[in-house]
Amino acid sequence: MYFLAFTHEFWTPYRAVTQHQGFVNTPPTPIHFFDSRGNFVGHFVYRLDYELNRDTFERIYTEDPDSIHRIRFFTRGEPYRFWGQFETDLHFFDAGEGKLFLLGSDQLGRDVFSRILAASRISLTIGLVGVFLSFFLGATLGGISGFYGGAVDIVIMRITEILSAIPQIPLWIALAAIVPIDWPVTRTYFAITLILSTMTWTGLARAVRAKLLEMREQDYIMAAKIAGASDIRIIYDHLLPGYISFLIVNITIAIPGMILGETALSFLGLGIRPPAVSWGTLLEGAQNISNIALYPWLLTPALFVIATVLLFNFVGDGLRDAADPFKEL
Amino acid sequence: MMSDVLLEVKDLHTHFKLEEGTLKAVNGVSFTIRKNRTLGIVGESGCGKSVTAQSIMRITPKKNSKISGQILLHRESGAADIVQLDEDGDEMRDLRGRDIAMIFQEPMTAFSPVHTIGNQIMEALFVHGEKDKRKARDHVISLLEEVGIPAPERRIDEYSFQLSGGMRQRSMIAMAIVLNPRLLIADEPTTALDVTIQAQILRLMKRLQRDNGMAIMFITHDLGVIANMADDVAVMYLGKIVEYGSSRQIFKDPKHPYTKGLIRSIPKFGATEGKHLATIKGTVPVPLDPPDACPFANRCSEFIAGKCDIRMPASVVVAPGHSVSCVLYE
Amino acid sequence: MSLSKYLVQRLIYALLVLIVISFLIFMIVQLPRGDAVDRIVNARQAQGDIITEEDEAALRAQYGLDKPIYAQYFIWATQFARGNMGQSMLGIPVSNLINERIVATMLLSIISLIATYALAVPIGIYSATNQYSLGDYFWTFVGFIGLATPNFLLALIMLFVFHKAFGLSIGGLFSPGVEEQPWSLAKALDLLNHLWIPIIVIVTAQTAGTIRTMRATLLDELGQQYVITARAKGLRYRQLLFKYPVRLALNPVVNSVGYILPRLISGQTIVAIVLNLPTLGPLLFSALLAEDVELATSILMIQSILAVIGVILGDIILSLYDPRIRMEKGVT
Repeated sequence: MYFLAFTHEFWTPYRAVTQHQGFVNTPPTPIHFFDSRGNFVGHFVYRLDYELNRDTFERIYTEDPDSIHRIRFFTRGEPYRFWGQFETDLHFFDAGEGKLFLLGSDQLGRDVFSRILAASRISLTIGLVGVFLSFFLGATLGGISGFYGGAVDIVIMRITEILSAIPQIPLWIALAAIVPIDWPVTRTYFAITLILSTMTWTGLARAVRAKLLEMREQDYIMAAKIAGASDIRIIYDHLLPGYISFLIVNITIAIPGMILGETALSFLGLGIRPPAVSWGTLLEGAQNISNIALYPWLLTPALFVIATVLLFNFVGDGLRDAADPFKEL
Repeated sequence: MMSDVLLEVKDLHTHFKLEEGTLKAVNGVSFTIRKNRTLGIVGESGCGKSVTAQSIMRITPKKNSKISGQILLHRESGAADIVQLDEDGDEMRDLRGRDIAMIFQEPMTAFSPVHTIGNQIMEALFVHGEKDKRKARDHVISLLEEVGIPAPERRIDEYSFQLSGGMRQRSMIAMAIVLNPRLLIADEPTTALDVTIQAQILRLMKRLQRDNGMAIMFITHDLGVIANMADDVAVMYLGKIVEYGSSRQIFKDPKHPYTKGLIRSIPKFGATEGKHLATIKGTVPVPLDPPDACPFANRCSEFIAGKCDIRMPASVVVAPGHSVSCVLYE
Repeated sequence: MSLSKYLVQRLIYALLVLIVISFLIFMIVQLPRGDAVDRIVNARQAQGDIITEEDEAALRAQYGLDKPIYAQYFIWATQFARGNMGQSMLGIPVSNLINERIVATMLLSIISLIATYALAVPIGIYSATNQYSLGDYFWTFVGFIGLATPNFLLALIMLFVFHKAFGLSIGGLFSPGVEEQPWSLAKALDLLNHLWIPIIVIVTAQTAGTIRTMRATLLDELGQQYVITARAKGLRYRQLLFKYPVRLALNPVVNSVGYILPRLISGQTIVAIVLNLPTLGPLLFSALLAEDVELATSILMIQSILAVIGVILGDIILSLYDPRIRMEKGVT
């Protein structure tokens, strides 16, 4: 999935920002294998025509059965800069002169499928970067708290308690609303990540602390202490191996929370801002009930979000079972 | 003599279905328990002694256990075969506590931490038909006093975590005997306690047996405790009884190489000075789909190839009341 | 230590927490947006009035904004504590705006909380006692989906489904025109009719987590020695199940009141925005967008207060419920 995200330009027929004139809010393009006379042609699409419904002023798209456009693979289409390094125009597939909107197009005539894959780059990495940040905060502070105990422990634990007592989403909204609108995309990206991390590190810190407290009591740590090992040495040689798997599990479980957080903020228009796209910003267009009712394919990014989060949950669950040798099989 | 018999276990098998195969925890065990007598069951961890006790109570894990054979409980109304009873049925539940009660090894975890001791002891009374709360409470208080708990009228309202280990085990005994059972199964009742408390608890059990005339099935891995408590002894190994006899026979004249090994490995004061304590080599294997041969063969110092490893030796009576399963005596 | 003393101790602690939170919120919302005087000046200038530097300074002094930050915070905090939340930019006192919505917010939170437990506890018990059964797998699966679907997405999907299937518009808490009517049975029914959808949406995510906790702890407890002890006493399995393991497995669930309430309030925010419910969430959102600082700060504070009350409540209930905790804290 991350691979798809990082190479999305190649896999999608169009660029995420390309507006296809005259193809606003088209439903997903059906892919056909047989033409209107029943002959097998292979995968192809029809050209789309539209007319305006005089009563509702909505566009009705119809397929033109006489114009067959084969779907081609490894084609040359719109040029892009691959990873900003070299110019290329190689695409995995497109439909030549015909328009191929696998998941329809949005109100500006942009291909939803292309945009979803493009958006996955931000949506997926924000989870990773955010978790890395909160992991760094959480593991360090929780580690200090659990290992040294005493006053340090109390102060850090009080901080986490206070932070976790504030309702998370309202605080996120409040913080995200500070981010100036005119900031460049990357800066917004990091600001949002930072905001998400401020609230999520507490859970990790508590988990690390609890685990450390439990492990600190183990006899082998006492043995190491008696043997005169330094604190740092005990942490790295004895404690870390014991809880690294535990950390990995916790991180995996924390990622989906981050992704959801970003989606929520962007959905409200407070997160990632155009021209950058994330799954949340894609869903922003689906906020309005009449939009959803008329153009249900605008909801498809939601399916990607759900699938991703499910995936992380399953992986996390599997890892947890694998990491805990004492758990009943 | 026959009227003395309280419980007869005949060819008991308790098997657990696991993903890896069938675990034959108890694999053909027979013994008899008489009124006012104590049967000691001794063996290493994993030999099936606790599962034997759980099978008699029918409290083995529901899902994957299978019990076969006969467990005859003799009552005035006639004998009942516990194996045939429905483990959740009224008759079995009525048996538990009233006819057969059990003491467990871990007094800490055997009580629920969020209910008072009194609540949990009185419960047994209520389950078996007592209606009067006042009476139940008085009964439990006097019982707590009987098992040697000071200030019972206060302790009855305390929680298990407020009591010491010895107190907890005393409460547990009180809980087991609250209905005056005819058979008390004690599964390693003193293992978790330190030695002085251990002696007190054993004395208490002996006194209760004398006063109430109940039979005791005493399960332990500690031969010293068995010598002190038991009238008869069954030595278990890997789901089978390898030797059975009176306490005197077992300790003075052990026959089975395993019993001999066990007794040799008891430290004797002064006698083994400067020498290594004798041990039995190896560990108890897990009885997953065991072969039909002497279970002790691979650890036995008197192993005879071609004899011990091809079939299970039959039980041979070597003296009145003393039997052993070993090819050496066939 | 007596229970009342313990209570007082918890309340003092809660107060301290709230003071710290209020400071944080003050910093987050108030400071980055310039002060009230700037806004007044801007508004006036937009109307074409001419405002001199002196006027501005005078206004500042009047509002106490010439003082250092901590003093400003102190002024704001004491005003807030007295119930004076200032003026909204809409020209209405903030307290009026909040009063209008706080009932709906609390109603929604409390009903969702009850619904969460009413659903999660029985399902958790079922899943644990029928481990690896078809039903268990089914609920585990539903739980995963519930965890993975963000609240607001579910709200969107519900909007879509209901529109497609029934042609219903399910936003808001009342049918159009009903809200202004005086309270009557018809109005209450109308409210119920609108209430259950947001409640389903809000509850789904929390229920999933609670089911998993309940299932896992109950499975743990079922393997405990005291369960066997109780069986050995001749208890019926059902009697025993509810008296011992379920009772113990409920401990972490009871404790979770403390963090589920903040989460409900939090999760409600976006759902309310999507479903257009008259709760504090959408008000906060629009206040933040409109830079209506007084309003936003007050709403955040109120939400935090509700959350902290939840935490304290959780603590107290647990200490009443579990003798081990009661003894540990020395409460009798």
